Amino acid sequence: MTGGSTTTVGHSFPRMEGRAKVTGQADYIYNMRLPSMLHAKVHRSPISHGRIRSINTAAAAAMPGVHQVITGEDVKAVLPEPYYGPAFHDQPILALEKVRHFGEPVAVVLAPDPHVAETAAQRIVVDYEELPAVFDEVEALTSEAIVHEELKPAGTFADLKHLSGKRDTNIALDFHLNHGDADKAFAEAAHVFEHTFRTQQTMHTPFEPMVALADVRNDRAEIFSSTQSPSFVRFELSRLLGWPESNVRVKTSHLGGGFGAKVYVKVEALAMALSLIAHRPVRVAQTMEEQFYTITKHPNTFRIRSAVDGDGRITGRKCEVWWNGGAYADIGPRVTQKSGFTAAGPYDIDNIDIDSFALYTNRPPAGALRGFGIPQLVWAYESHTDIIASELGLDPVDFRKRNILRNGRPQAVGTIVEDGEFEAVLDGVAQRLGWNRPFDKGSGTKRRGRGVAIGFKASISPTTSSAIVSVNADGSVIVYCSTVDMGQGSDTAMAQIAAEVLDVPLDLIRVVNPDTDVTPYDMSTLGSRSTFHMGHAVQLAATDARDKLRAMADEVGLPEGSNAPLPELFIKKFGMRAGTVVGAANYKPDYAPPNYETGQSPNATPFWMIGAAGAEVEVDTETGQFRILRLVNVCDIGKPINPEVVETQISGAAVMQLGFTLTETMIIENGQLTNPSLADYKIPGLFDMPDVMENGFIEAEQHNGPFGAKGAGESGTFGVSPAIANAIADAVGVRITEMPITAEAIFRALREKAGRPLEDV
Amino acid sequence: MSGHRRTITFTLNGRDVAADIGVHQNLTEVLQESFGLFGARESCGQGLCGCCTVLVDGQAVTSCLSLAAFADGSTIDTIEGLADGDTLSPEQEAFIETGAFQCGYCTPGFILMTKQLLDENPEPSDEEIMHYLSGNLCRCGAYAEIVKAVRLAGQKRKA
Ligand code: FES
Ligand code: FES
Repeated sequence: MTGGSTTTVGHSFPRMEGRAKVTGQADYIYNMRLPSMLHAKVHRSPISHGRIRSINTAAAAAMPGVHQVITGEDVKAVLPEPYYGPAFHDQPILALEKVRHFGEPVAVVLAPDPHVAETAAQRIVVDYEELPAVFDEVEALTSEAIVHEELKPAGTFADLKHLSGKRDTNIALDFHLNHGDADKAFAEAAHVFEHTFRTQQTMHTPFEPMVALADVRNDRAEIFSSTQSPSFVRFELSRLLGWPESNVRVKTSHLGGGFGAKVYVKVEALAMALSLIAHRPVRVAQTMEEQFYTITKHPNTFRIRSAVDGDGRITGRKCEVWWNGGAYADIGPRVTQKSGFTAAGPYDIDNIDIDSFALYTNRPPAGALRGFGIPQLVWAYESHTDIIASELGLDPVDFRKRNILRNGRPQAVGTIVEDGEFEAVLDGVAQRLGWNRPFDKGSGTKRRGRGVAIGFKASISPTTSSAIVSVNADGSVIVYCSTVDMGQGSDTAMAQIAAEVLDVPLDLIRVVNPDTDVTPYDMSTLGSRSTFHMGHAVQLAATDARDKLRAMADEVGLPEGSNAPLPELFIKKFGMRAGTVVGAANYKPDYAPPNYETGQSPNATPFWMIGAAGAEVEVDTETGQFRILRLVNVCDIGKPINPEVVETQISGAAVMQLGFTLTETMIIENGQLTNPSLADYKIPGLFDMPDVMENGFIEAEQHNGPFGAKGAGESGTFGVSPAIANAIADAVGVRITEMPITAEAIFRALREKAGRPLEDV
Repeated sequence: MSGHRRTITFTLNGRDVAADIGVHQNLTEVLQESFGLFGARESCGQGLCGCCTVLVDGQAVTSCLSLAAFADGSTIDTIEGLADGDTLSPEQEAFIETGAFQCGYCTPGFILMTKQLLDENPEPSDEEIMHYLSGNLCRCGAYAEIVKAVRLAGQKRKA
């Protein structure tokens, strides 16, 4: 499918919506208002786990200007099974009987004035019988506190059916993979290593907070949402309503960031239910604070063990990963499985055991966040890899290259790797760092170090994308697809693909914002899947349109290869400027599901994403303060559709991961989140940037990808955290095993190493 | 809440305007609800991100923390007033040409800060650019491109 020389694809056109964004005109859903709409303000649970004894709404309802106060029981009266979720139907639209995490929505005030609704929401009084709560993923395995009495898997995923009705456990899903004979490898190993690593809970903080407007009337639900998943929202709301999908319309726009926060159902079910009850349009718009109670990134604990032979070859690896999924499963079970199977790292290891567990706890739910579990895994396996190299006296890059996965070899899941340029990506980082040149390690109290790390990810499979490409009589083109542009530049990429196939200038192409009444099905904009999946669908749909245009040219008697302009062709056919030529296509790559017992699959993913990072740091040995002198990120993204946009994706991903590495952490004390605000939850600013940052991709081609391309939105996150930890270890000889990496953690480790440990506070 | 209201007048993007406001309302809300201007947008709501930046009497302020009542009699410029008809300002052009945004939610704030910086200091160093813009956050992490955009905008303004 790859063309020789291309005129549009592979060139760095500016983003199509650039003008709207610099003039403040960009049409985010947060800016949308509907005539006669009511504002919803949510009353949230102050406790982490408890039974609701009673809800007193009288004072709120009595406030002047309040339209209505709504509780979970009111929702149940109109929607008998008001639970949603992509993997489990476990999340109530408003709490019913129990609350399972602090910040859970319990009741809502509707009012025409948002300030009235907000004040009234504070006057709702709820009486709880508090229950013991569990916050730690490892404790959740055995704790007395049970978050859900019974598991309720959604029917959508066949491989979750065995969990149906399982009682009194916090394990939402366990995934196991066996490749070769790990026990034997460990018995025969020259060296055995074991370490445990942990990551913290963080939040996406998209700057456009989660928002949905709903207008439900006369068997018709119109939903306007800042969602990454319009097709799934339609599916799930139509299921809740018991209506055909054609009665539900989900429309979105450009998103002010998503990063995985806005996948599947977030505030849409609540907005729909409120409008259904109130018979008025309703706007549910979160604040930055409320986002922290809605969806987060999984904290995890990862115990990793390796068997290594006398030549520095890793012969066996055992991985146990516990994912803290919070109170509702969201897409956590998929993180457990899809990310779980790469837990042993991008290495060619013959014998691997992986056990990966999704746990319910009483934290806010965890779901997808840029990397879908991968950065948490890379943190562990690449820190572990460096410790092994150092204990065996091997160079960390050489040790990795000795073991790296190569094309033609099976990955742990049993799938043979194709178009995965692991070694070239690692070499790319080493080269940019000047790894083979002498390195100044500093002196006195300022010590320098450097480190590398490489991670990878499989695409989410099997998933489908559909697209329509229509050619107007004047030769302009409209692309209809449900891929959501949340800043990654997908509109521009899709337009470039259509322009290339149809040989039409880019400025004649328009990409329609997703609207399920108009744009066809797409699984979702997530997991860096759009360029590959929707890129294919648009390419096929445009090819379909091109074939029809050729047939039309034949029909009107134009000689073969005549380059008659499109407007002329339409006039010849229709006698005037009239008619439309429509191309359409569905795309779904091949896939083989993993065997339930062994986790093995001959075809687990259509492509592999690969990202590596290199870091140079300077650590102050007296304080633990450190600076990142240099951060290098190199990825295999196949052939880029738009090189400059891809580069900003890589750097943006790395900057975000830098925040998760250094400063971002949700602090929970006594069952309360103490920092749900950008004041105390510190995301990266200009002065948090490394002194030097380089981002790039290697020359590569994904042969089954559209024009050789594959996903690029997450790969820049993979290596950042362990590369920094490895650089710190190189500088001052202490190993940080828990994120975030703070000056305090380093200082404590330095004191411990010096035999003068600090007291715990 | 809705009880206390008053009428304020001010100059908005060069025009004299009046608005009936609640005394509790912040400037972001009034620009959105009374004038349909959504370029200044609330994100953190606490003066920490700069998405809601506007210029009041030539000074950049976070409109989420400014009571609209205090705007009475002032001159307010928003991102919507920056382009001259169809002609983008040099700052806007520079942001497009350097790709200095992804989702674009923070972009109006950064562009207004860039304009104010270059008005005060036409040739800022990178360090000065970073200091000046450090009160604005970009969750998409377009910082490197933003610094480039400011440099380019400086050149464009001189040309
Ligand atoms: S919304 Fe005003 S500074 Fe963030
Ligand atoms: S471009 Fe998305 S927040 Fe800056």
